[in-house]
Amino acid sequence: MAKITWKMEDGSEITVDVKDGLNLMEAATANNVPHIEGECGGCLSCATCHVFVEPEWLARTGEVDDIEDTMLEMTDVEREDNSRLSCQIIASPELDGLVLHVPEPE
Amino acid sequence: MSAPVVIVGAGQAAASFISRHAALGSSEKLLLIGEEPHPPYQRPPLSKKYLLGELERERLFIRPLEWYAQQGVETRFDTRIDEIRPDRRQVVTADGENIDYDKLILCTGSHARRLPAEIGGNLPGVYTLRSIEDIDRMAPEFQAGRKLLVVGGGYIGLEAAAVARQLGLEVTLLEMADRILQRVAAAETSNYFRKLHSGHGVDLRESTRMTRLLEGDGTVCGAELESGEIIDAELVLVGIGGSPNTELAQAAGLDCDNGIRVNDICQSSEPDIFAAGDCASFSRNGQQIRLESVQNAADQGDLIARVLAGEDVSYTALPWFWSDQYDCKLQIVGLNQGHDHTVIRAGTSDSSLSVWYYQGDRLLAIDAMNEPKSYAFGRKIIENGVNPTPGQVADPATDLKALALGK
Repeated sequence: MAKITWKMEDGSEITVDVKDGLNLMEAATANNVPHIEGECGGCLSCATCHVFVEPEWLARTGEVDDIEDTMLEMTDVEREDNSRLSCQIIASPELDGLVLHVPEPE
Repeated sequence: MSAPVVIVGAGQAAASFISRHAALGSSEKLLLIGEEPHPPYQRPPLSKKYLLGELERERLFIRPLEWYAQQGVETRFDTRIDEIRPDRRQVVTADGENIDYDKLILCTGSHARRLPAEIGGNLPGVYTLRSIEDIDRMAPEFQAGRKLLVVGGGYIGLEAAAVARQLGLEVTLLEMADRILQRVAAAETSNYFRKLHSGHGVDLRESTRMTRLLEGDGTVCGAELESGEIIDAELVLVGIGGSPNTELAQAAGLDCDNGIRVNDICQSSEPDIFAAGDCASFSRNGQQIRLESVQNAADQGDLIARVLAGEDVSYTALPWFWSDQYDCKLQIVGLNQGHDHTVIRAGTSDSSLSVWYYQGDRLLAIDAMNEPKSYAFGRKIIENGVNPTPGQVADPATDLKALALGK
């Protein structure tokens, strides 16, 4: 279990306990986090689950592989150094307290 | 009290409509009616991870069941609609209940075509693949060493063949056209997947017609080919395409043409009735088309919510699609219908390749096999109307990102 917080641009926040093994795109859509769609179900084809990871947490969310790195080029809001596709971050106890910022497309 | 917006069909398009409706803060009441017993779920993983046993059922659901109530949406699953009465703005359930609607959104989807009963299409052990129940019925039969016959070399058949090989079944796949994926892809893409499946031990037979399925001990036991050859099989998966669920719409007098005909705001010939997803037929580049894909269902559902909220929008979304087979990720962007030539871009490894479809100088679509760069940047290249020359595409030194950005 990990307590995950999504922070929106309007200042609102959603914090949820996420079961180990679920990816954070699934956790977001299940908990009505806005702007996270995850249309491809987490198979790295849609780039609609883009988040910015609070920098201090970045290393703990794991490596960005080549496919994710490429798909991050397709996001609506331009990627930054702390961009991840949240379908590729898997909940685990090490991520307890993780904060994600949700970009809002224009 | 005014009648609700009624959504008939609880799949991807419905979920997307409701999500957008909620996000826009729209005030109309929604009633979601689905024939299946489940809330909307993802179908693409059915023929992949769900059949493989790597994904629990709950993880297929696009939103958890309680989400709908949280959005103020009334849901009625396991409920079939038998009739639409546009003159009274009512739908009628199989139990004879009349339900009033203000607007009606048809997300009725499509169904898998079956082989005729006369040639064994309804024998026990013959499956089609479209729903959770289909997989739950067939999955126990996917045991190592058993013999599976796949009829049809489209994406569903190929994905199921890949899963079956991974689970250790013996697989024969029949395609009556001269190549697999003939209706949907260029020969180069067919060649890639033929090699992939043959390399994984699928007995893949193209230009091969089956005359009938054979019965033994009350269940399917094989197939007879036109050549007279008998193929043994303990189970059969029929993947010969889908047909739109238009019976309700047709009976109600809506214009249908291989799907419920809709305009560029997904509105049918009845102004208060909209249609989205697999069941909707629409005009694109002068052709009447219908798409069976998550992208199309999600984008059309989303669009209808915007239209009902008064936004001035129309459906122009660029199609995309994917398939996973063994260790190959196929990603497609654009629509290749009407292409007159293709250009091959070699990948960075033996197992990667992309096929670029052109109509004259215009780039229409890309099939990217283990080539996410061709897909991701190709999407931008198409969106930005770049139309690179064949020479640029074929040259491995071309920087696709720079091309996409017009540099």
